Amino acid sequence: MSAVRRALSAQTGRAIMPTQDPNQRIHNFAEVNLGLTAEQAQREAGRCLQCKNPLCVQGCPVNVDIPGFLHWGAQGQWEGALEVILETNLFPGICGRVCPQEHQCEGRCILGRKGEPIAIGSLERFAADSGAQDSFFLDKSTLAGETGDGEKVAVIGSGPASMAAAAELARLGYRVEMFEALHETGGVLSYGIPEFRLPKSIVAREFANLAELGVKVHTNVLFGRTLDLEDLWAQDFKAVFVGAGAGLPRFLGIEGENLNGVFSANEFLTRVNLMGAHQFPEYETPITMGKKVVVVGGGNTAMDAARTARRLGAKVTVVYRRSLEEMPARAEEVRHAQEEGIHFTIRSNPVKVLGRDGWVSGVCCQRMELGDAGPDGRRRVTAVPDSFFDLPADTFIVAIGQSPNPILRQGLPELKFTDRGVIAVDDNYATSIPGVFAAGDITTGGATVISAMGGGRGAAQSIHRYLQGK
Amino acid sequence: MFEIVAKKQLSNQIWQLDIHAPLVAAKARPGQFVVVRAHDKGERIPLSISDFDSQAGHITLVVQAIGHSTTDLVSLEVGEKAADLLGPLGTPAEIDNFGTVVCVAGGVATAIIYPEARAFQQAGNKVITLLGARSADLFFYEDELRQCSDEVRYATEDGSRGKQGFVTELLQELIDAGEQIDRVVAIGPVPMMRAVCELTRPYQIKTVVSLNPIMVDGTGMCGACRVEVGGETRFCCTDGPEFDGHLVDFAALQNRSRQYQNLEEKIPHHHSNGGCAGQCQQ
Ligand SMILES: Cc1cc2nc3c(=O)[nH]c(=O)nc-3n(C[C@H](O)[C@H](O)[C@H](O)COP(=O)(O)OP(=O)(O)OC[C@H]3O[C@@H](n4cnc5c(N)ncnc54)[C@H](O)[C@@H]3O)c2cc1C
Ligand SMILES: Cc1cc2nc3c(=O)[nH]c(=O)nc-3n(C[C@H](O)[C@H](O)[C@H](O)COP(=O)(O)OP(=O)(O)OC[C@H]3O[C@@H](n4cnc5c(N)ncnc54)[C@H](O)[C@@H]3O)c2cc1C
Ligand code: SF4
Ligand code: FES
Repeated sequence: MSAVRRALSAQTGRAIMPTQDPNQRIHNFAEVNLGLTAEQAQREAGRCLQCKNPLCVQGCPVNVDIPGFLHWGAQGQWEGALEVILETNLFPGICGRVCPQEHQCEGRCILGRKGEPIAIGSLERFAADSGAQDSFFLDKSTLAGETGDGEKVAVIGSGPASMAAAAELARLGYRVEMFEALHETGGVLSYGIPEFRLPKSIVAREFANLAELGVKVHTNVLFGRTLDLEDLWAQDFKAVFVGAGAGLPRFLGIEGENLNGVFSANEFLTRVNLMGAHQFPEYETPITMGKKVVVVGGGNTAMDAARTARRLGAKVTVVYRRSLEEMPARAEEVRHAQEEGIHFTIRSNPVKVLGRDGWVSGVCCQRMELGDAGPDGRRRVTAVPDSFFDLPADTFIVAIGQSPNPILRQGLPELKFTDRGVIAVDDNYATSIPGVFAAGDITTGGATVISAMGGGRGAAQSIHRYLQGK
Repeated sequence: MFEIVAKKQLSNQIWQLDIHAPLVAAKARPGQFVVVRAHDKGERIPLSISDFDSQAGHITLVVQAIGHSTTDLVSLEVGEKAADLLGPLGTPAEIDNFGTVVCVAGGVATAIIYPEARAFQQAGNKVITLLGARSADLFFYEDELRQCSDEVRYATEDGSRGKQGFVTELLQELIDAGEQIDRVVAIGPVPMMRAVCELTRPYQIKTVVSLNPIMVDGTGMCGACRVEVGGETRFCCTDGPEFDGHLVDFAALQNRSRQYQNLEEKIPHHHSNGGCAGQCQQ
């Protein structure tokens, strides 16, 4: 951005978050967004009209009192701002960084009709980071009136749904134990979303807070194999929350997909984010990365995989079926990817992975055409006949979405699932097994961090009602 | 947790480790495995559960030190701990009274087949065990296997024990002798399992193999372990590790196992010295 535009937006328009220079950041994994300055933040909060009927709040899946926190922010009182946010959102440091604000709060902000919406996400992040030491324990007594009776509740998984459920249950006075399959906590926040978007230290900070609330975390426990429901009841747990996420990677089912050099985005991102493959051989997990990487998909996962591959030194092309505007990824991530020199081949779809000696050598794609909108409001895509073209590639990363992990199904045969393979829950997040509740991606399919957190929190309240009513 | 409680060297490259992992020991079944990380910067590696004692809360792993991660693991001393251990993983072996079961194993897999042979015997089967190695001094678990087998036969490449040649030749001898075989379980290097399957296919003897692709999480999350079985992509860690050998695409499996070959050589202090008792080259 030019100095002139930066100055202008500082005066009149929306505050723009300073970022690491693209030419520099493609060589490191440090956070891209550097955070607003105190001055920027206060001025931006002051742009809010304090609407009587704030549409931004309606756009937020957990209805954060946005004008309420901006009111404090406009006076430079960020601790007050944080307190307001924490009433509804326990993890603003995470949400401020990863929520798709343009589809949620900011997408509804009245200022967006004529000009630029308030940078709500950046301000949420600012509030969280400025109160970092205290985080959501600013006011530990929030729920002091409601003390559960110290009964034990188990939380399966440690992603955002489970984090929110555990925090809420602990604050309600329950003894919470969390069981995570991997050796590290955080779910997608740890193994999926890269450091340059969400530093691990932010996630670690929240887990330190959970520990302070008395939540006990057990890693290396795969529910359904290491432990089952019988074991939990036998250990005197009175209720169980399941937040196992949607971890099963989908593949395209096309020829050549099992060649060497074809990865699911999950494997690729896990090797780097969780196992430190970018620091190989100091960290012992390797990754075979070529110089030419093709990523298929248009969501956050695809952007994360593409930008990670870029940082490992590759030339990267993203292949997506629809238009750039229709990509489900956060707008900021698409923009950052473009700034980082990632190439987009849109309205195209891979039909075959080409190979040589058992390794990927390219991806054959077909052009796609966009037709009328279907019942879901999205335009249909159809393949254009005889429009094949090859992209050279030595690595191909499939990032087309995830389904719920099948292990739970094997471990809990009596648990009801929907036709879409997700756990069936009622309005209270109750499953078909009494005392077992579920929320997050395992009940919705791949969704967002904030919806998983909202669900986790709602389920915790249901568990509270269930245990009190018992 | 995950403390090494006993350690024994079984052969030049192969070590037996007893590890304190009470939750895993309580749930383990024959055919299942664990994923282990020796230390904080280590890789997650899959290893079969060779034995388990739910009373003591221990599991037994038999590890062939072929690369950096396995070497790191076997260099842990009694009293030291592995950083992480997850399990039991995978679908347990199908154990039933089939009649006569032939267990075929080579190299380190001798330890992997042991809990299965024992379970087959307990289920009332006649168990015939066929073991292969490069030479006589590489066998281990002999007493254990003899105890749970009606018969144990040996093959060595150098002829120092039993038949000179490969285990497949022992299996052929059994078939030629008219032994009624109801099921074969073959565990070992890919070329060995493949050869066993090619041998039993024309006789239509159901043959189960335990596949060993590269894995990361072991919980069905990454897809690294995908194998082609009966023309379909399956995840070995959750659908397997055991599959009907006549449906497995072994060429694809072998190809995928060499994905990281070049990179692994870059790790300092690499102690690799030849691999699967020479059987890889079969
Ligand atoms: C790469 C990537 C980028 C994303 N980017 C964004 C973004 O920018 N913004 C956004 O809003 N959303 C994003 N999402 C989606 C978002 O991360 C998910 O919607 C959210 O993490 C779901 O939370 P969850 O708690 O339901 O599950 P998860 O985060 O998937 O956590 C589930 C946890 O449960 C564990 N587990 C699973 N089964 C078991 C079991 N049987 N026993 C014990 N533990 C188990 C898993 O190991 C995992 O740690 C992204 C997703 C991916 C994959
Ligand atoms: C379900 C399962 C059960 C297993 N059980 C045992 C066991 O009980 N005892 C045992 O010693 N080994 C077992 N293995 C194999 C073991 O996981 C590998 O030997 C180990 O991961 C190699 O790690 P490394 O870093 O020491 O060697 P690396 O340096 O990673 O690799 C050395 C060589 O082995 C190949 N390799 C890498 N990973 C595997 C793998 N998963 N399987 C086969 N070859 C591989 C590499 O391509 C390379 O050529 C099992 C594997 C699976 C999937
Ligand atoms: S809609 Fe926009 S201007 Fe109105 S209260 Fe919300 S953030 Fe402020
Ligand atoms: S090892 Fe990751 S899915 Fe099997």
